[in-house]
Amino acid sequence: MSARPIATTRSAAGLPTGRLAVWWVVVSEIVIFGGLLASYIMHRLAHDAFAEQAAHTNTWIGAFNTLVLLTSSLSAVLAHQAAERGDGPKAARLIYATIVGAVTFLVVKGFEWTFEIQHGYTITSSTFWSFYYAAAGLHASHVVAGAIIMLFVAKDAARNQELHRVELIGIYWHFVDIVWIFLFPLLYIAK
Amino acid sequence: MAEHAHAEAHHHPNYIRVWAVLLVLLVVSVAGPMIGVQWVTLVTAFGIAIVKAYLVAKNFMHVNIERRFVVYALLTVIVFMLLFFSAVAPDVMKKDGRGWEKPSWKTAPAAAPAAEHGGAH
Repeated sequence: MSARPIATTRSAAGLPTGRLAVWWVVVSEIVIFGGLLASYIMHRLAHDAFAEQAAHTNTWIGAFNTLVLLTSSLSAVLAHQAAERGDGPKAARLIYATIVGAVTFLVVKGFEWTFEIQHGYTITSSTFWSFYYAAAGLHASHVVAGAIIMLFVAKDAARNQELHRVELIGIYWHFVDIVWIFLFPLLYIAK
Repeated sequence: MAEHAHAEAHHHPNYIRVWAVLLVLLVVSVAGPMIGVQWVTLVTAFGIAIVKAYLVAKNFMHVNIERRFVVYALLTVIVFMLLFFSAVAPDVMKKDGRGWEKPSWKTAPAAAPAAEHGGAH
């Protein structure tokens, strides 16, 4: 009996089960983030006060974090390319670079939130700030989860093991990037 | 490569170029609101967000060469999001008229407490 997990060996739906599972996660996440963002848009359009409150978010910090995530997506897809060519060590290095992007994003977010909370903009200040912290916080928790998973994937990839996982975590990471692509204009630009 | 289970060798686009295009779009989305015209802001902020998401999904997630049912699953949940929006939005957004009035909105203070802390940072 093979000791390898079925996520690696089985291809029930025409694609490896692991990849099918990641797409299933992404589809489920679209509902979670989509519902949150749709609710935000409804309230944003109905309440002018949202625009007044959004004026207090810092566009440049949001733009910098967008740059960080877009760049981390680049390193993630280059890691996938390296893994597909069988170059595990290079894939691992690129995943570590992606993790650096994730940590940078979180550190910037930490400073940003600290500044905002110190100035009285807390999760209970208004409906806008409730949405702001809920959406950005939910997204940040996905960044944390992605970074932790990437640590395990990179460790194996460095030894040329389980290279298919490089693509799987990449799909998840690009989705996290796409969520931020929509959060950025909603929370930082539409003022 | 045994480790790489799906082993579907495919053409890789020029990822650096895609990334550069994404950065240019990011600059446009930040610069758009500086013009001060509302429809320009809408196009540069949300129109470009859709384009950026498309570029990431197509070139980085390789949705364009993924199995068709994955694409259909993604589209299905997006349609459900639109259905959710169209069904709930009238209740949330419509303020006037019989059965739509929201008394709590009218008694609520115009500005939230945080506004007293002053300007943008």
